[in-house]
Amino acid sequence: MIRITLVAAALAAGLPLAGARAQAPLVAEGCIGCHGPNGAGAGGVPALAGRDRAELVALMAAFRANERPATIMGRVARGYTEAEIAAAADHFARLPR
Amino acid sequence: MTLSRGALLGAAALLATPSLSRAQGQARLLVVGGGFGGASAAAFARRRYPDLAVTLVEPKTRFVTCPYGNLVIGGVRQMGDITHGYDGLRARGVRVVHDWATGIDAAAKRVRLGGGETLAYDRLILSPGIALRWGAIEGYDEAASERLPHAWVPGDGAQTLLLRRQLEEMPDGGVVGLAIPGNPFRCPPGPYERISMIAAYLKRHKPRSKILALDAKDAFSKQGLFQDGWNALYPGMIEWVPANRDGRVTRVDAAERVLETEFGTRHKVDVANVIPPQSAARIAIEAGLTDQSGWAPVNPVTLESRVAPGIHVVGDANIPGPMPKSGYIANSTAKQAVASAVASLRGEAPPQALYYNTCYSHVGEDYGISIVGIFRPNAEGTAIVEVPNSGGVSPRGDLPEQRRLEATYADSWYESITKDMFA
Ligand SMILES: Cc1cc2nc3c(=O)[nH]c(=O)nc-3n(C[C@H](O)[C@H](O)[C@H](O)COP(=O)(O)OP(=O)(O)OC[C@H]3O[C@@H](n4cnc5c(N)ncnc54)[C@H](O)[C@@H]3O)c2cc1C
Repeated sequence: MIRITLVAAALAAGLPLAGARAQAPLVAEGCIGCHGPNGAGAGGVPALAGRDRAELVALMAAFRANERPATIMGRVARGYTEAEIAAAADHFARLPR
Repeated sequence: MTLSRGALLGAAALLATPSLSRAQGQARLLVVGGGFGGASAAAFARRRYPDLAVTLVEPKTRFVTCPYGNLVIGGVRQMGDITHGYDGLRARGVRVVHDWATGIDAAAKRVRLGGGETLAYDRLILSPGIALRWGAIEGYDEAASERLPHAWVPGDGAQTLLLRRQLEEMPDGGVVGLAIPGNPFRCPPGPYERISMIAAYLKRHKPRSKILALDAKDAFSKQGLFQDGWNALYPGMIEWVPANRDGRVTRVDAAERVLETEFGTRHKVDVANVIPPQSAARIAIEAGLTDQSGWAPVNPVTLESRVAPGIHVVGDANIPGPMPKSGYIANSTAKQAVASAVASLRGEAPPQALYYNTCYSHVGEDYGISIVGIFRPNAEGTAIVEVPNSGGVSPRGDLPEQRRLEATYADSWYESITKDMFA
């Protein structure tokens, strides 16, 4: 029953089901150019996958407010709305570490 | 992996939901150009929309990136480090066709290939990159580029290696001349990263040599940061001549290796890197997608051509408003174009657009600087604008840790984005 509901919901959203589970919001696509596919991290750039959602949101808020020293993330964080940051954090928090 | 065709069709019909199928089978996304825009589009399309049939047309079997090409020229990376194949895309289910697209019939939604095949599509993503405008600098044609390399469209890598070899063969005390174009052109910070990487090589191996950079502009991307770095790392080695001091090269003599400027100054150099003015690649021009500027106007939300519906032009070939012609923007616009194309096939509104860019440049091997830009369509959807109070360049000043970190982040960027495209 739950399965059927999911199928219907995915279809109603116009999404293929397989993608529906791990579907990145488009806003998160910008992150992976540095943080790696699936936010897995790359070299000196930290992973986002599997991090605590609240931690990610708080980090971005601190970067936005210039309350945390940043190499580039202050400049990045100020380009996004709070809702967009929340959506991206939701997504990465749900991915396996 | 996903629902069977029949199940999806049945359920979709039941719910009267738009799906990605056509009466005859899967919806067809055709991608022309397998570089930053095209490979990103094809990979993203298969990852996000497994029901979509994706075909990629690209003549080359190996793709040599422009990014990090300057490090090959500087001798700190090898050609193999910047060369990528298409097996990863094949494994993702992309049909890869190694051929040239020779014509686009927008009305019939068909693309003709050099080998004679014709491919039909429901939506076309076109990311063919740039063409060099041979002859825009008098005397600079394809034959001249065999002696005065541009290394701006790497092709099979030969241009990049030619410039590298000429630097290696140059005696200590020689002069390396560069001709740098006016805006717009591919990769605004690229020529200045190139100057930096050439300087890094000369400093180590030929320290009495000089670099003469002749520019058709009076200002350039990350200028203060580049010039701070040049003063710190390569004092006295680099002379940059802006347009208002007769820096614009209008003529070259390839045989003599002379760069001649607007007001007739003739600079004889030992190695010349001529980066000529550019336009969208030929296929975009021949398909009638470009305007008098030589670039393709597009809808800021969907990247769909203003001229031909159903064709999304991404990457360097389009007119991107305030966005740079960069690999990251090609990647970002490609994804928005694919999502918009799919929305249109489903009869839905396009997704909200947000374009993201970071361009790192190496001033020294362990000395990186960056520019960040986040862009959105304006409220009317008529133009792209940069998000106020965001983005910008690295801070200036004596910040060795910042510079060191940005050089390592640049490596991470290269690894991540090429995986996103080709893995
Ligand atoms: C020296 C240098 C350094 C750079 N460094 C950076 C950097 O650090 N970061 C960054 O973000 N950007 C960088 N760039 C910019 C980046 O390379 C370009 O912005 C990016 O390649 C644009 O992507 P594209 O898809 O438009 O074109 P390309 O990546 O050039 O891809 C176009 C592809 O289309 C194919 N093609 C052309 N015509 C046809 C046809 N008729 N049929 C089929 N296929 C066709 C070509 O063979 C090519 O493979 C740099 C550029 C240079 C020159």
